[in-house]
Amino acid sequence: MTMPVPEPIRETSHRPPPPRVTINADVVRTQPAASSSPDQSEASGLVASATVVPKNGNAVPTLAAKGLHAYFGSHPAVRDVSVDFRDREVTAIIGPSGCGKSTLLRCLNRMHETLPATRVEGAVLFRGTDIYAREVNPIALRRHVGMVFQRPTPFPTMSIRDNVAAGLRVRDGGEPPRAQTDAIVERALRRTALWDEVKDRLKQSAVTLSGGQQQRLCVARALATEPAVLLLDEPTASLDPLSTQKIEELVYELRSEVTLIIVTHNMQQAARVSDRTAFLLAGELVEISPTSELFTAPSDPRTEAYITGRFG
Amino acid sequence: MTSSVAPPTSDLTAPPGGLAARLEVAGVGDRIYTTVITGFAASIPLLLVFIAVAVGVAAWPALHQFGFSFLTSSTWDPVHGIFGAAPALYGTLVSSILALIIATPLAIGVAIYLSEFAPAWLRQPVSFLVDLLAAVPSVVYGLWGIFVLIPLLRDYVVPFFKDTLRLGSTPLFSGPSYGPSMLAAGIILAIMVLPYISAVSREVLLAVPRAQREAALALGATRWETIWGAVLPYARSGIIGGVILGLGRALGETMAVTMVIGNRHEISASLLAPGYTMASLIANQFTEATGDLHLSALMAVGFTLFVLTLIVNALARWLVWRVSRGPMP
Amino acid sequence: MTVAPPRPVPPRRREHPSISQRAYAERTVKTLTRRKVVNSVMVGLTWVAAVLATLPLLFILFYLLKKGATSLTPAFFTQMPKPIGESGGGMANAIIGTMILVGIATCIGLPIGIGAGLYLAEHKGTKLATIVRFLSDVLNGLPSIVMGIFAWQFIVRPMGHFSAIAGGIALGAMMIPMVTRTTEEMVRLVPTSLREAALALGYTRWRTSLVIVLRTAAAGIVTGALVAIARIAGETAPLFFTALGNQFSSTSLNEPIAALPLQIFHYAISPYDSAHALAWAGAVVLIGLVLIVSIAARFATRARFGNAAD
Repeated sequence: MTMPVPEPIRETSHRPPPPRVTINADVVRTQPAASSSPDQSEASGLVASATVVPKNGNAVPTLAAKGLHAYFGSHPAVRDVSVDFRDREVTAIIGPSGCGKSTLLRCLNRMHETLPATRVEGAVLFRGTDIYAREVNPIALRRHVGMVFQRPTPFPTMSIRDNVAAGLRVRDGGEPPRAQTDAIVERALRRTALWDEVKDRLKQSAVTLSGGQQQRLCVARALATEPAVLLLDEPTASLDPLSTQKIEELVYELRSEVTLIIVTHNMQQAARVSDRTAFLLAGELVEISPTSELFTAPSDPRTEAYITGRFG
Repeated sequence: MTSSVAPPTSDLTAPPGGLAARLEVAGVGDRIYTTVITGFAASIPLLLVFIAVAVGVAAWPALHQFGFSFLTSSTWDPVHGIFGAAPALYGTLVSSILALIIATPLAIGVAIYLSEFAPAWLRQPVSFLVDLLAAVPSVVYGLWGIFVLIPLLRDYVVPFFKDTLRLGSTPLFSGPSYGPSMLAAGIILAIMVLPYISAVSREVLLAVPRAQREAALALGATRWETIWGAVLPYARSGIIGGVILGLGRALGETMAVTMVIGNRHEISASLLAPGYTMASLIANQFTEATGDLHLSALMAVGFTLFVLTLIVNALARWLVWRVSRGPMP
Repeated sequence: MTVAPPRPVPPRRREHPSISQRAYAERTVKTLTRRKVVNSVMVGLTWVAAVLATLPLLFILFYLLKKGATSLTPAFFTQMPKPIGESGGGMANAIIGTMILVGIATCIGLPIGIGAGLYLAEHKGTKLATIVRFLSDVLNGLPSIVMGIFAWQFIVRPMGHFSAIAGGIALGAMMIPMVTRTTEEMVRLVPTSLREAALALGYTRWRTSLVIVLRTAAAGIVTGALVAIARIAGETAPLFFTALGNQFSSTSLNEPIAALPLQIFHYAISPYDSAHALAWAGAVVLIGLVLIVSIAARFATRARFGNAAD
């Protein structure tokens, strides 16, 4: 096994709470009903209706990697990965440190190329269009595919309200009129269960919030632009257990509206929130299966070795 | 944003909207931004080149006429058009070296004090006060020099050296003391240069890894022995860099020096005699320069000063870079 | 590589063990005492150095206030200088002149400096960045009189006369490397995660830099700019060759203009006591400006970024 590019050591500052689902036991969660409800009532009327295609059916997967390679300089961090991310499901990506999970995630919204000396080969199809095609503008893409990072990053010079609305400023047509923006901000904050906590201090600086609240703020900020896909890169790694739980519940609830892909080094977290789980090792996709299957009866011996703790 | 079954590819490529949106898609904004800041950054080397050209062109007539003797001759005769800047060169070097002799032990001492012995609550105020010395304008130092330092020297210090210490017969302290003198210039320069040496030394000393100190202490060394034997050698090139930085500042200091040095175009061994430095020569004579050759001679002095300080500063920065934190001090 | 186990060393035989042991002990104690004394002396000397280094500033400040406070009347700020030899008058023209010069310099130095600083922070590995960083530091150490010569050769001479604009340009050129370095340091302090968060939201690079990063670093950049302004406000030498100074109140950019440090200089070397008094007052104003900015800068950056090693 070649030495992978070491990902920064992520400290888990908390012990994960006992999982609702134990690995190697039967998954009790059921898959929710097929299609999501159309239109949730909006004050802004800006958010369009959801798709009417049945979920696990033969829809074009929202996001699909095809033969994806990603390099840091000459070192391959992601090798020939092909995977479908199904519409409005939560897909978790797990694997040992340095296996390329974050790199893979960052390829999905073309953030990998923002680092120096990086290269991507292969294709990533967003609703059938290759986002790495020449005519595709990464800026436009990132408004459809949102991202939440490991450390909460509210913009320190902006108020809570302005933080949430930050993504709206750079959309086509500019920021919507104030009333609409306020409505969008409120909806985003409600979706992330933050509204009640901050509704009285929307004008205050975002850094006055606690770590968990800040991370939820970042999720709200990403949601404000109504992306079709939300990428989460170890979103609870720096949070306390209570905030972690809130974020996990949020992720689980959001999947009726948004396709979510979450990278986590915490297997129990993957087991709790995801519908499908992918296991990455040294840049290769070893296996992707429905979560219950992966954790109870993995098909690849390497997966089994990882989830039973023999390495990583 | 619609989530229909077959999304238009154009959604990702050319968002609807006016010219601004399309320009943004084309990446024009980013390109303009990068070009502008690169241009601004490039203006700095360009500025240096312009300065060199400016001073060189202005100095050329005199340099061409006098050649190397410009730096070795002491004759400064505007009337007959003969110019030799040796006394100014001499004065610059002497005053700067004198300043370094006075300032360096003090600066390193303060730096050691602040990095090793000072109680935590005293560190910030003292370092702030020392650094503040660098912020005082040169002309204020000069003003203080004229009305406080020179009388002080004349009434107390020089008699002390001459009579009490019986140094009056030595070449360094011979001759009458009118007031403005090389000694005064050296002292003022020392005060002005102290904060630079001290700041760099402090930074370098703080960058010495704890392991060095601890290893020495564990061997049974006293605090001082640790500093002398383990810390200072490690920080040596950085401190030397700081000293050379101070030298660079002292060489070019104009106002304070011109107000206390007496502006006499003479080489004298005595520190009590007035003299000239290159910078003070230019400042003193510029407004009354007679004729183009005179002006050009002044510019030639400026050119010499420029080259000298350029070399010294480059050397200093290189040394400091090497030690303190690599390429980013 | 195997290492043989160390062989036991037989103890050295000493003759008259009690005597040489005592001598050895005495020698050790003497050396130890000497070392301790040396230690105390040197530590004491560093204390002395610290005192000696802080004294001049306090001494100068005290003297300035003593001599200058009495002349700091409102008239000082509002009146023009009286003819030579007459007492009274003020430095109004010099104060206005300095403000104009500093204004011009800031218009030149600030944008270029901030832009260059942004470049250095965002493209830090490139060759140009290394060169620019190095040369910035070198430029920072150049004598200000050389800047004056530069402006004289390229602006005053072609124009044919001294002017405020030339002085402003000389001072602005001095400001550029100062502002560049402080901006670079402040922008570097903004975490990359903030940049990435903005990019992931759909911000373009230039928007990220100007709206998000610059705003976050704004306090530090402004502080650095203020420090640079305070420094150039006190510069005299370049003005000899450019602004020249002016007896009268002039706000025209195309003519020579008075400046506070220049005026202080002329008054200081003049033989009249009344002029000296004004010089002291001017020095108080100048150093007051510098002090306020320096203290504010110190507080601002310390509070924001914690106790940086300095």
